[in-house]
Amino acid sequence: MGITSKPVVFAILSAAVILIGTTVTVFIPLFMPSTQPVSAYIKPYTAVEQEGRDIYMREGCNNCHTQTVRPLRTEVLRYGEYSKPEEFAYDRPFLWGSKRTGPDLNRVGGKYPDSWHYTHFKRPQGMFEKSNMPPYFWLAKNRLDTSYSFKKTTVLGYGYTEAMVKQQLEEYRAKVADENYPSKESRTVVTPLELRKELTEMDALVAYVQKLGRDVKSIEKNQ
Amino acid sequence: MSDTGYNYRVVRGFAFSALFWLVIGLVVGLWIAFEMFNPALNITPWLSFGRLRVVHTNGMGLGFSLAAIFAATYYMLQRLTRTPIAFPRLAQAHLYLFNTVLALGALSLFAGMNTTKEYAELEWPIDIGVVIFWVMFAINVFGTLIKRQEKQMYISLWYIIAMTVAIAILYIVNNLEVPISLFKSYTIYSGANDANVEWWYGHNVVGFIFTVPILAMFYYFLPKVSNLPIYSHRLSIVSFWSLNFAYLWTGAHHLMLSPLPEWLQTVAMGFSLFMIAPSWGSVVNGYYTLNGNWDQMRTNYLVKFFIAGITFYGLQTLQGPLQGLRTLSAFFHYTDWVPGHVHMGTMGWVTMIISASFYYMIPRIYDREIYSVKLANIHFWLMMVGQIVWTSAMWIAGIQQGAMWKATNPDGSLMYNFLDTVASLYPYYQIRFGAGVIFFVGILIFAWNLVMTVRQEQEPGKASPSIL
Repeated sequence: MGITSKPVVFAILSAAVILIGTTVTVFIPLFMPSTQPVSAYIKPYTAVEQEGRDIYMREGCNNCHTQTVRPLRTEVLRYGEYSKPEEFAYDRPFLWGSKRTGPDLNRVGGKYPDSWHYTHFKRPQGMFEKSNMPPYFWLAKNRLDTSYSFKKTTVLGYGYTEAMVKQQLEEYRAKVADENYPSKESRTVVTPLELRKELTEMDALVAYVQKLGRDVKSIEKNQ
Repeated sequence: MSDTGYNYRVVRGFAFSALFWLVIGLVVGLWIAFEMFNPALNITPWLSFGRLRVVHTNGMGLGFSLAAIFAATYYMLQRLTRTPIAFPRLAQAHLYLFNTVLALGALSLFAGMNTTKEYAELEWPIDIGVVIFWVMFAINVFGTLIKRQEKQMYISLWYIIAMTVAIAILYIVNNLEVPISLFKSYTIYSGANDANVEWWYGHNVVGFIFTVPILAMFYYFLPKVSNLPIYSHRLSIVSFWSLNFAYLWTGAHHLMLSPLPEWLQTVAMGFSLFMIAPSWGSVVNGYYTLNGNWDQMRTNYLVKFFIAGITFYGLQTLQGPLQGLRTLSAFFHYTDWVPGHVHMGTMGWVTMIISASFYYMIPRIYDREIYSVKLANIHFWLMMVGQIVWTSAMWIAGIQQGAMWKATNPDGSLMYNFLDTVASLYPYYQIRFGAGVIFFVGILIFAWNLVMTVRQEQEPGKASPSIL
């Protein structure tokens, strides 16, 4: 074989061979709208939910939790309606995960009240003795950093103005800091006194978790 | 040995970097294995499972494996071309930059700077570091190949070229991201496209780091160690090109029954089955190389590393395509079966071949004998037992988990809540931790054996190494 004495030709040929499968299964689908369909029913994340999503990513929740319900009978029984591609149009990156050490979370939004999540994040073993999930009580001790919130939603193409982002953050802060917030008690238990009137990282994470699957559930409800 | 002129300094540097990252990666691995059945070790945010798991995977994949691959490549490249490294200073800079990037990468992952794309978790400034050291490496690979004294390129060099080209394409395409700050970025792909790009990368980074360069070592060191030529040159040509061609089509078998378009899943499934052929081409080539000389399994301590390694590669490449079938994936995916599969490859194949390659390479570049063959044999058996117990425990755990997730009562309702399935796996997680300890002891013996090889007294009358 003459090619085994021509390293540069060999490299070019290798690259060409490698790029055939890549082109067919990766590059071309990138430009096919059917790969990632868009639906008006699926709303982008609010600034608070996006911050919560970033905390979910920072803590590597995706290492133990998936976000895709497969179209299998027992899976739909356990988690709810199976996942549709259009639900993920705003997900950069996707967080489908590859391992279920804990349950799937794609339909967890609205399944429990906020108070459930505050209590569970604080110390999962307090709720489920045999759980192996790490505790996340310390997230409530961190003030939420919102300095990049507008930039993030802009880069992600959510179409919010700076005023809208500020408003979303303020509305959510007002909601959780309100005297009549239904989950006030469990939030107060984990949140230090000086942060109770502000947004914490745990507040954002709870907001994000409650968003998961919410749009699909509201379509179901309307039908 | 007429080695004068070969640069072994960079080989040594990468070899001992590999040992360092191997030990660090395994300590982290044991830590998270313990956390799986006892969450008490999640002491601080920095030590919580979600952050540590990526330190383990990156430390082993990028740290240990890549360092070992660079060490072996710089060695094989010089020997097979009969040419010293084209740019020795660049190679030395490559070594320093590699370790700096890895250290910063580990720190940033501990701190939670994490893109969440599996095996591509490093944030954009670290990615740039990775790309730079890869370019430095590539310049030396092609520079040395162009200057080579030996006309024909041996099989191992083909695999090195394929790795150099493929990793560059994979890493850059998958890591295209828009920076938000120095520590945060978002990928340019969204949803299903991101998933498709990620698993094209995720599957092939395994292919072109855990398979292709390890095969390069196998094809070079097995004939060296056994003093037997490779059985079939033609078979290796067919295996090489078909592996290179087919590997890239298979990524979506990680996304079976996900919202990814079904045709992509089905194409991936078909090519995954096809992949058995080139994989077993190398397995058969390895076995037939020993034809008529199987007594070397007893008499030559290194041959059994290579044969055990290629056997686990063979099993791995059978198991992979099968568990990627849609129906089997429905049962096995997301369970502990999958870590079992991965670790047969990494513990049984990658680490086995790298260990044996180092046992061959290190004494030669220091011009002396291995410190202890007996210790090497103990290391072999500890790795073997540790790996088999580890992976078997996870396969059984995965079958149980899959079955419990699917179990229904006669009225059609689910038999187990999720927590029951988690709690039922703790005995397997404990066995896995124990097996990990056995494997780790084997690795400590390996490291000790190499360190002592370097530190032992020179035999009288033998010249000291020519290059320091």
